[in-house]
Amino acid sequence: MPSVDAAIGEGHVYSVSEITSRIKTLIEGRFPDVWIVGEVSNCTHHSSGHTYFTLKDEHAQIRCVLFAGSASRITLKLQDGLKVYAQGRVTVYQRQGQHQLIVSNLLPLGRGELYIAFEKLKEKLRKEGLFEEARKQSLPEFPARLAVVTSPTGAAVRDVIRSATGIHPGVEIVVCPVRVQGEGAREEIAEAIRDLNRMGWKDLGRSDPGDGGPVFDVIILARGGGSIEDLWAFNEEMVARAMADSRIPIVSGVGHEIDFTIADFVADVRAPTPTAAPVVALEGYVDIAVRLSALGQRAAAVLSGRLERHAGYLESLKSHYGLRGLRDRVASAMQEVDETLARARRSIEGALESGGAGLGAFKAKLEALSPIATLDRGYSICFRDGTPEIIKDVRQVDKGDRLRIRFSRGAATSTIDATDDITEEDGPDD
Amino acid sequence: MTKLSFEESMKKIEEIVGELEKGEIPLEASLDRFEEAVKLARACQRKLEKAQARISKLVKTEDGFTLEPLDESSED
Repeated sequence: MPSVDAAIGEGHVYSVSEITSRIKTLIEGRFPDVWIVGEVSNCTHHSSGHTYFTLKDEHAQIRCVLFAGSASRITLKLQDGLKVYAQGRVTVYQRQGQHQLIVSNLLPLGRGELYIAFEKLKEKLRKEGLFEEARKQSLPEFPARLAVVTSPTGAAVRDVIRSATGIHPGVEIVVCPVRVQGEGAREEIAEAIRDLNRMGWKDLGRSDPGDGGPVFDVIILARGGGSIEDLWAFNEEMVARAMADSRIPIVSGVGHEIDFTIADFVADVRAPTPTAAPVVALEGYVDIAVRLSALGQRAAAVLSGRLERHAGYLESLKSHYGLRGLRDRVASAMQEVDETLARARRSIEGALESGGAGLGAFKAKLEALSPIATLDRGYSICFRDGTPEIIKDVRQVDKGDRLRIRFSRGAATSTIDATDDITEEDGPDD
Repeated sequence: MTKLSFEESMKKIEEIVGELEKGEIPLEASLDRFEEAVKLARACQRKLEKAQARISKLVKTEDGFTLEPLDESSED
């Protein structure tokens, strides 16, 4: 009879604890997060709140534990005979030498299949980097043309149009009609995105501006709320791929605020609902009145400051004896309105006449800024006669030079009798 | 002058205001630049206030695409 030592040879002898521990490490390292499909049996609800059950199919079974902490998050009521998808990690319970699934999520068959497909595709595309911020396109600040990929008959298309025209009444919207659920929806949505990227200006009956850019500035992908099955087309890989390949930035507005689809993850920007999508896409126009008004205020501050300084200088000259004769003589000589000022006046008046609430503040600033307003306060501007040159410095003129003086109303020409350099005390700083 | 997009117009207005603020250009030229900004602002305004948004439907044909008016009656 061979000795025990001979039978074992050089091999290592494990204690039960040791081998179980090794098995535990191996199994737990290999199956940290799995989905298992099977039928529930031997279901026991323990008073501690934990639930113990077995998942089985025709050939095997596995012990499962649903701890109270996880059970509180799961709405599905477990009972024998139920077919479920169970997500969890496989562990080894060393005291019994038995492997088991620590369940973290449970879904009934059917709904569960969609959920798993969603999670699988999401994980796959995430690994490919499709959701990364770095590959997302930024939206243009002021889009002129929106393409809306959606059903032409649903509430979503009307929500999008109403919302978009509320922000920018002059925006151009092209609805790209597709089925948004059921058979063929995914193909139509993907095809629509590709079509929009392919479309040329001549398809719109317009001439190509030649900037090489696509016809549309933004694509809005929209669909109203619904069940996971209703929204399923937006969880299809085909749609995700077409979106990722689009060189036109895409805003998704699918379902309700709480619904997240694969399309939402791939979109350059996700809007929570169809109504919110144009708000995101047309954001630049939302505060346009404020921006224009701020620009007007800045221009007004600068220009009116400069005009004041010039006017102050002219005022100081006016009281000087050298200009007395000039002032007397110009009174009789009404002249044509200076070309530059006339043009400025026309454009400002035109801006004022065209009305509209949005730019009101801006236009008020422009009015305040108009040199005409300064002239109305009693100032004049001197030009070298026959030129647009404004006389800002006595050194620009000599005795005998002809000047044209622009008043609030009308103009006059005059000749310089004498000059006097008082620039040091009163001259403008520019 | 070629027709500027809204974005280009806004950029230009911002540029002009920046230029005016620098104060390096003479008053006469400032007025011209200012006038240009007014024109651009008016053009922006016209684009924003176009009474009717252009809303159409893309239809795929054998040769390509055409735009048709969005059929109101087909909306439920």
